[in-house]
Amino acid sequence: MQGEELDLSAIVKDVQMRKSISVRKFWDTLFSFVALGFLILGLFVLLLLVFQLFVDGREKLASLGFYFSFPAPSAEEAGILSAWVGSIFVIMVTVLFSIPIGVAAGIYLEEYAKTSSSQFVRFLTDFIEINITNLAGVPSIVYGLLGLEIFKETLKLGNSVLTAGMTLGILVLPVIVVTTREALKSVPSALKEGSIAIGASKWQTIWDLILPASIGSILTGVIVSVSRAIGETAPLITVGALTFIAFLPPLPFSPRLEVNVDTGEAFQVGNYGPFDWLFSGYTVMPIQMFDWVGRPSPDFRVNAAAAGVVLVLMTLALNSAAIFLRIYFRKRIKW
Amino acid sequence: MTNTALSLPQIRKLIQRQNVFDQFVVLALLAAALSSVIVTAGILYILISESVSFFSQVPLGEFFNLVDPKWTPLFDDKNFAIITLISSTLVTTGVSVAIGIPMGTIIAIYLSEFATEQVREWVKPILELLAGVPSVVFGYFALQTVTPFMQRIVLGVQMFFAPGRDEFDYYQLPGFNMLSAGIVMGISIIPLISSISEDAMRAVPKQMREGSFAVGATRLQTSFNVVLPAAISGIIASYILGISRSLGQTMIVAVAAGTQPIYTWNPLDGAATISTFIVEVAKGDIEHGSLEYNTIFVAGLALVAMTLAMNLLGHYLSKRVREVY
Repeated sequence: MQGEELDLSAIVKDVQMRKSISVRKFWDTLFSFVALGFLILGLFVLLLLVFQLFVDGREKLASLGFYFSFPAPSAEEAGILSAWVGSIFVIMVTVLFSIPIGVAAGIYLEEYAKTSSSQFVRFLTDFIEINITNLAGVPSIVYGLLGLEIFKETLKLGNSVLTAGMTLGILVLPVIVVTTREALKSVPSALKEGSIAIGASKWQTIWDLILPASIGSILTGVIVSVSRAIGETAPLITVGALTFIAFLPPLPFSPRLEVNVDTGEAFQVGNYGPFDWLFSGYTVMPIQMFDWVGRPSPDFRVNAAAAGVVLVLMTLALNSAAIFLRIYFRKRIKW
Repeated sequence: MTNTALSLPQIRKLIQRQNVFDQFVVLALLAAALSSVIVTAGILYILISESVSFFSQVPLGEFFNLVDPKWTPLFDDKNFAIITLISSTLVTTGVSVAIGIPMGTIIAIYLSEFATEQVREWVKPILELLAGVPSVVFGYFALQTVTPFMQRIVLGVQMFFAPGRDEFDYYQLPGFNMLSAGIVMGISIIPLISSISEDAMRAVPKQMREGSFAVGATRLQTSFNVVLPAAISGIIASYILGISRSLGQTMIVAVAAGTQPIYTWNPLDGAATISTFIVEVAKGDIEHGSLEYNTIFVAGLALVAMTLAMNLLGHYLSKRVREVY
């Protein structure tokens, strides 16, 4: 009698436990399906976004004239020539401005500050580190306010390629510093020790061994920040980039033309200097797109969509390049 | 072959020269590292100095007016109640967070605890690509795709609960509204939240998971009861970054959420956020040093103050709830 009762409760317990296990397994499976659903939704949004742009802008994308004509008052004639050329010029300034400073700051923080015995240097490094973390959280439009006040108004650089490039350069600086540090961190210390052991100075070690070993990862970070800078719109609007631009920045040493008011003939009045393009007016891809999106006439939406496709392709190309480069360098590492 | 053997003094001289060079290099590198401090100081300086000249012309009571808030700095009848812009900034951020945080967290848990290595290898680059889409393109998407979709949903919901009326008798979602902009903002911060959260979860030691599995917990129970609490400070950091990004997000709201500064807490309305206002003013010509010029800096200061408050709150929270293991 007694034995049977015990068995019964054991069976009940067993059933309960089985039930609890199957309930928990059910939740487990349900969660993984929901999460997978969210992931697919995210992917779907990306596809939908690109697809919608393609469909909306297909007429313009098919016509070659769109890529090689200036913005115009009528949607049919308007193109993106000054926008994509301007983007290239501005990004060139951004890269030339931010890479040397960003990489140098990364090297200092990773290779010098960490090993310093001075209390003051330690304190300074902590301070700089907190600072860089905070800068990464500052809204991009605030960098635009900085560019407006410092570069445009105080330094009187006006609404130029130089102002835009340096504003974006400051914006991407934290990203470059952080990725440089990550890249340097991954170089094994045996390499450094070997170099120091045969009498190389610290800088020789960095320049000849550590930098070449980590150049791939640094490059990846640079490409990612360039792709961010290319799509950045708000800071450039803030520095005053939203204007009608139907000319290209002058190439170095290209002939400077002037038009005779009476006859309408163009004649050459010397050549442009090597740096005149820096002070030229400009427009860039995302601003051109923003301008067209904001127009009340629906005709311009077609142009906006087409410009969007070009812009997305530019950033996708850069990001894919960064991803491939990372995989390539990861495979090539020999230690 | 030349004789490469050097005498001792020659070697000493060589070393000395190298050492001097090294010291110059260190100074140059230090200067570069200090540039970030200069940038921060510069940002604070311009925001505060322009705001000081703003407050010399506008009384504080007007700026913090909550009773009859209006923001009309470009009109003849000027009003400067910043709450007008703050309300819409908070509404769009709220919608964005309501979408971005749950989805980002769930995707992070899935990638870290459930997905196979292969799935992760495929998904992470795709999320990175999503993160790389320029915000102005997201703005176009919000205006042209999400808004018409939401308009149909809002209409459909009303027809379901109160059927039988003429279509135009129902409430119509305006073409510019904070809801659509907020939803797209939320989607745009998913990659940021999921990738940082996932990194934090993957850093939790394997033994903790194994201990949990050993006592019979499922992956889901382990994720929520063991991994999530252990990784909480990293996860909170990702939320804070996502919220800061939403607060400062400009192009999506400037394109899709409307440009009129209206005091409203209703996400179905269209209203200008702080950053939209800055863009709208900067689009036109403003005279350097004028009151209009000052207002965009005071708006920028409000924005920075909000993100700073978020950061401090996040820092405090992650210290309070952190589990030390």
